[in-house]
Amino acid sequence: MSASGLLLRGPESAQGRSALRRIDRLGTLLTLGGAAALLLLPFVDFKANRILPGDPRDLAQVLPLWAALGCQATLAAVAAVALLVANAPLRLAAALTGLVVTAGALAAAANALTPPHNLIVRVAPGAGFWLLLAVLGLFATDAITRMRPGPGARVLLLAVFLGVAILTLSHGTFNNVSVIREYAVDASAFKLAARQHILLSLGSLAAAVVVALPLGIFCHRVPRLQPGVLSALNIIQTIPSIALFGILMAPLGALAAHVPLAAAIGITGIGAAPAVVALFLYSLLPIVANTVAGLKRVSPSTVEAALGMGMTRWQTLMGVELVLALPVILTGIRIVLVQNIGLVTVAALIGGGGFGKFVFGGIGQAATDLVLLGAIPTVVLAFSAAVLLDALVERLDRVPK
Amino acid sequence: MIVIESLTKRYDSTTAVDGVSMTIERNSITVIVGTSGSGKSTLLRMINRLIEPTSGRVLIDDRDTVGEPGHLLRRRIGYVIQGHGLFPHRTVAENIGTVPRLLGWDESRIRARAAELLETLQLDPAQYSEKYPHQLSGGQQQRVGVARALAAEPAVLLMDEPFGALDPIIREKAQADLLDIQRKFGTTIVLVTHDIDEAFRLGDRVAVMSEGRLLQYDRPEVLVTRPCNPLVARMTGSAERAMRLLSLTTAGEAAVPVAAGHAGADALVVPTSASLREVLSELLWRGSECATVVDVDGTPRGQLTVAAILAHGRPA
Repeated sequence: MSASGLLLRGPESAQGRSALRRIDRLGTLLTLGGAAALLLLPFVDFKANRILPGDPRDLAQVLPLWAALGCQATLAAVAAVALLVANAPLRLAAALTGLVVTAGALAAAANALTPPHNLIVRVAPGAGFWLLLAVLGLFATDAITRMRPGPGARVLLLAVFLGVAILTLSHGTFNNVSVIREYAVDASAFKLAARQHILLSLGSLAAAVVVALPLGIFCHRVPRLQPGVLSALNIIQTIPSIALFGILMAPLGALAAHVPLAAAIGITGIGAAPAVVALFLYSLLPIVANTVAGLKRVSPSTVEAALGMGMTRWQTLMGVELVLALPVILTGIRIVLVQNIGLVTVAALIGGGGFGKFVFGGIGQAATDLVLLGAIPTVVLAFSAAVLLDALVERLDRVPK
Repeated sequence: MIVIESLTKRYDSTTAVDGVSMTIERNSITVIVGTSGSGKSTLLRMINRLIEPTSGRVLIDDRDTVGEPGHLLRRRIGYVIQGHGLFPHRTVAENIGTVPRLLGWDESRIRARAAELLETLQLDPAQYSEKYPHQLSGGQQQRVGVARALAAEPAVLLMDEPFGALDPIIREKAQADLLDIQRKFGTTIVLVTHDIDEAFRLGDRVAVMSEGRLLQYDRPEVLVTRPCNPLVARMTGSAERAMRLLSLTTAGEAAVPVAAGHAGADALVVPTSASLREVLSELLWRGSECATVVDVDGTPRGQLTVAAILAHGRPA
């Protein structure tokens, strides 16, 4: 997106609109959203305990007057930058300032509302906080996009973001916020879930790469196979995830019951085994399809030259075709990884573990904070995976456009 | 020397190459010319076994080419294709080093060879070694393609429409460069083209193919003066055959020695390498009767009159 594309365009002849034209279109939308969040929606919800309905509170009700006014003034200044300033680094700085102020206000509100040594009350982020977070996040993302950072810079930004998040969390800044309270209730369960979540996503991805890459190469070599293989994988893709988990429970359960070896290596009808198998099946289509597309992108004359110079078929495949197809194949792997990180959440339903445990546990107990404890790290994980793999794809793509 | 013995390639219902036999002399340029679908590319690819023949055999220096695995055979034979086929993910130097690397040369030798070839092909190694193919012009890419094919000093170089993607002016230069390279390295070159002018310009011998068959294989002037069948006659151009014949003889070959100081001061001066066709054209343009032929260092080698040139335009 170019900066000029975001400017409000009016008829060139209407002179009265020349000032208006300088107002940033996205900035207008974000300012309206932010103002609504600040003025109309509660900033936090106060609950006497974790499952009682929340009691909405505004910033001004919670913080001392000077602090509430300071927050609002800062956010108004951020809005002014969003509306009137075109300089991308300045916009990013404003967005980050807004995010810091909003997060700080949440921590301060939680501290103010929690009586000392009380572990029963919950101070949850309210609708106003979430909307502000979304608006400022969009503002920051847009500013970063306008700066067109290279792959290395994007990974660095991600590392800084994660580093700051981990530092403030471990420092205890947000300890009185409801989600962190839920974390503190059973920190070891969270760590286990994180490990399971990452293992399930990466494990099913690895298994899928091992099968899908050769299958894709094979489909490229024998074009007759392509329609059949791709439509079979397409059908798998259309089965809803819960249904597929369910479908797999019966055969895997039977396998465990009748083949001692299967039971011995941990295959059961519920748990990680059907989860991994289902995720593996979902992962096949994007990788096979992108492998075929990537190999198709390699110019036939390049392959002919490689063979004509005396490279073996294997050398041609490894040294020329796959290297040139790699960015496209990695794009498929990126799709699969992000998709798996999301789907692993559903796998908790059949005992697969992962962050989904908190999501479904929270739904069962009507404890929104527990749902968030599962959902937020899932989103962060998927986002980080996407940024990392996008950067890798861009880094490896040496074929001129 | 390459001996092709009744080489045939059949696909399910069609015969791409039908019993072709020919002998290709060492250190010469042989051009295979024909329309598309004539089987000329298939014939070329059977020489380095990119395509395995249905029957017949190919001998290079008396050794049957099936005597070793195809990829090892191909490492000894240079191969240039239309649109160069350079590896887009490798630098110019890495591209040129492909076959030497496959053969296990050490890195310093590969680097030196790449630099030497770039010099030969008039590309400054310091400037071009580390560039990627997409950073080069079409003519430069084509030259790198030739350099890559010559990297491991092959005795035989196969070229499939190597100049097909170049515009006319660059193509002419590339053809002249190829003749220089052939003279310098003494490589045996087999080149496939559909362009009869290119065939006549480059070929010591020209093979005309149609529908998988070899119609005639001889020196270019024989193809013009004694075409063995109407199709060959049509391809070599019945209306242009006299001019074609003139284009096959150089001024140096046809110059008639005369006593020094004979030529007038304003006489046309032509180099020995010019073709009679070019000299005649220039004489007609100027309205002159006579040209002085000089060699590279300017020494007069004789003269050419319009009448003498015209005599060369008739079959002997």
